[in-house]
Amino acid sequence: MSRKDGSLIQRLPVISHLRKSVGLQRGMLVTGLIISALFLLTAALAPLISPYGFAQHFDTQQPPSSAHLWGTTSGGYDVLSRVVWGTQTAVLVIVVAVILSIFLGVALGLVSGYIGGWLDRILVVIADAIYAFPTLLLAIVMSIAISQGRSSMLGGIMAAAISITVVFIPQYFRVIRAETIRLKAEPFVESAMVVGASSVRIMARHIYKNATRTLPLIFTLNASEAILTLAGLGFLGFGIEPSSAAEWGYDLNKALSDTTAGIWWTGVFPGAAIVLTVLGLTLVGESMNDLNDPRLRGRRRAGKTAPTATAGPTANSTPENEVTV
Amino acid sequence: MATGAPPPCMRAGVAPTGAPPPGMRAGAPQRRTAAGRRTQQNWVVMTTLIDAPPQEEDGLLPAKRSKTGGGLGKYLVVRFFLIFPTIFILITMVFFLMRITGDPITAALGGRLPPDALQARIHEAGYDRPILVQYTEYLGQIATGNFGRTISDNLKVTDMLATYGTATLELAINSLVVALIIGIPLGMVAAKYRDKWPDAVLRVFAILSYATPVFFAGLLLKLIFSVGLGWLPVAGRAKSGNEIALTALANPSGIYWLDAIRSGNMAALGDVMAHAVLPAIALGLLTGGVFLRLVRTNVIGTLSKDYVEAGRSRGIREFRLVTKHAYKPALIPIITVMGLQIALLLGGAVLTETTFEWKGLGFQLAQYLTARDFVAVQGIVVLLAVIVALTNFVVDVVAALIDPRVRY
Repeated sequence: MSRKDGSLIQRLPVISHLRKSVGLQRGMLVTGLIISALFLLTAALAPLISPYGFAQHFDTQQPPSSAHLWGTTSGGYDVLSRVVWGTQTAVLVIVVAVILSIFLGVALGLVSGYIGGWLDRILVVIADAIYAFPTLLLAIVMSIAISQGRSSMLGGIMAAAISITVVFIPQYFRVIRAETIRLKAEPFVESAMVVGASSVRIMARHIYKNATRTLPLIFTLNASEAILTLAGLGFLGFGIEPSSAAEWGYDLNKALSDTTAGIWWTGVFPGAAIVLTVLGLTLVGESMNDLNDPRLRGRRRAGKTAPTATAGPTANSTPENEVTV
Repeated sequence: MATGAPPPCMRAGVAPTGAPPPGMRAGAPQRRTAAGRRTQQNWVVMTTLIDAPPQEEDGLLPAKRSKTGGGLGKYLVVRFFLIFPTIFILITMVFFLMRITGDPITAALGGRLPPDALQARIHEAGYDRPILVQYTEYLGQIATGNFGRTISDNLKVTDMLATYGTATLELAINSLVVALIIGIPLGMVAAKYRDKWPDAVLRVFAILSYATPVFFAGLLLKLIFSVGLGWLPVAGRAKSGNEIALTALANPSGIYWLDAIRSGNMAALGDVMAHAVLPAIALGLLTGGVFLRLVRTNVIGTLSKDYVEAGRSRGIREFRLVTKHAYKPALIPIITVMGLQIALLLGGAVLTETTFEWKGLGFQLAQYLTARDFVAVQGIVVLLAVIVALTNFVVDVVAALIDPRVRY
């Protein structure tokens, strides 16, 4: 709560989790971290790794060969290059979407939780309504509103990112709001009020720093959801035009018609890329979640495997002996 | 008080809702979504019924007994009226978002009609009036069940919804069956062998089933079972001959296997089944993974209870302990959260239908999206919003009926 080392804030969460972890949990976390690191590395080095450009055209559809390691699509694109470049699109969309939704969600959550009253109730009801809705449909509606479904170069990435943002704002909103309400009753906030600090200062300084500790966790979980939503949008034809950026969902949509002809290489590789990326991010998020919760965290015990479990609706009924280990 | 502290009931640990704030407890995002929403909804209920919980908490049994009936009735009524703001907000949001960038006729036909003809169509449909007038009119129409006509094929939106809705319903039922078959037994296995290798394998399986987009799962299934092995058909709901036969029945329910059974057409039934297998598995895997984790977590919770230990000491077999003693009390939260997966299921159905050319709402949605027919899109989206809101209501009612602790 009183951690002040702002420069390490990016590195601390994951590293401290790694140090705490043990056994199966550590295996999951390490696997997740390796996959996520590979994903980021591929995105950063895409121009070096990919043999061709993502929009580079070849004449006929070819099976995997030495010239095209993973073959080419019916549209004449090199599959390997598009998968590699696709990581860049995915990273861009995740970054934009998560930054936007953290910014808006945190701001709204702080204000709503701190001020309370009618503003709070209205915001909660709206966030609830959005939350209850299938995320993909919401993203579709948003991308219609943003770009009328026609997507260009950067516009496509922004449209996808903003669509995903709207889906995520309620999640950040409610987490931050719940924390804010809890913190509002803490003595240090009350003392700040007594001293005469302004509401803005209390929110920005006292509550914000304490309420945002769970964000790295939501970040990883939402990043994986963002990839799935982006792929879903692309699959329905709302993604990014193939000439402006590589996008896995779009490639999978095009690969669908290939399957009947037994052409597997156009679909399997982009799909596997999605699965691996989401798997990596989810593993990191899950392990962090388990490690954050003392009831679920595995401890080193003499000669015994550490217990692991996921939190669930009955987290309250987790056996007592683990709470007090 | 109303906003200051979490309501007492939540702290008391009401089974499905009494968990810490949603995000912190997150396992799979889906489950977080569902359980989190419940917490929030009940919180909303709490603010309106803020005087009720202390009586629960005091444990004054006689007083509580006499209050129970009225409490449940009041809860149901309040919960019922909470549907409307949700639907209203969603309809409003969808309406304004879809109109932000222009009217649906320009979106659908712009560039294909000369400007004056376009203008005439816009005027005819009333899209050139102030947006608030249109909005009020739209609300009125929806209240009377009139969703307008689709632009691309000039169908009544309500007819379109009725025709394709049944196909989506069939897919949802099929995949739910698959999800239950996968989720419940495997979840119990994972709970029984907690932290041993079966549990580790099943957990990875659950994460994988979440990480695989439905359309990729569908694509793989098609590659393996339709193209590779040739066992099952690639796409569609039935062979065209059977399809015609089934739709030609008097009063078709639209659910093909039901129609086939009713008409005694066993050949058609087999055909329908063969077509239904792959889409049901693709979508069922997605929800099945969520169910697995749900069952696992809850059964782990009850397996360590004293009465299970007592049962074990009396020599009850482990199989029976897991499937009866531990599983049944765990059912309440399981049912609740399962019911709330409807949003996930519907979102997945859109993608599954597109993958398998299953002519339901999702498939049509994708078609209308490509045709830029936003009136139809709006109709489908609003219908799905209503379905989700209603399901959530039904789930809350069921939860309240099963679990007396939910009745505030």
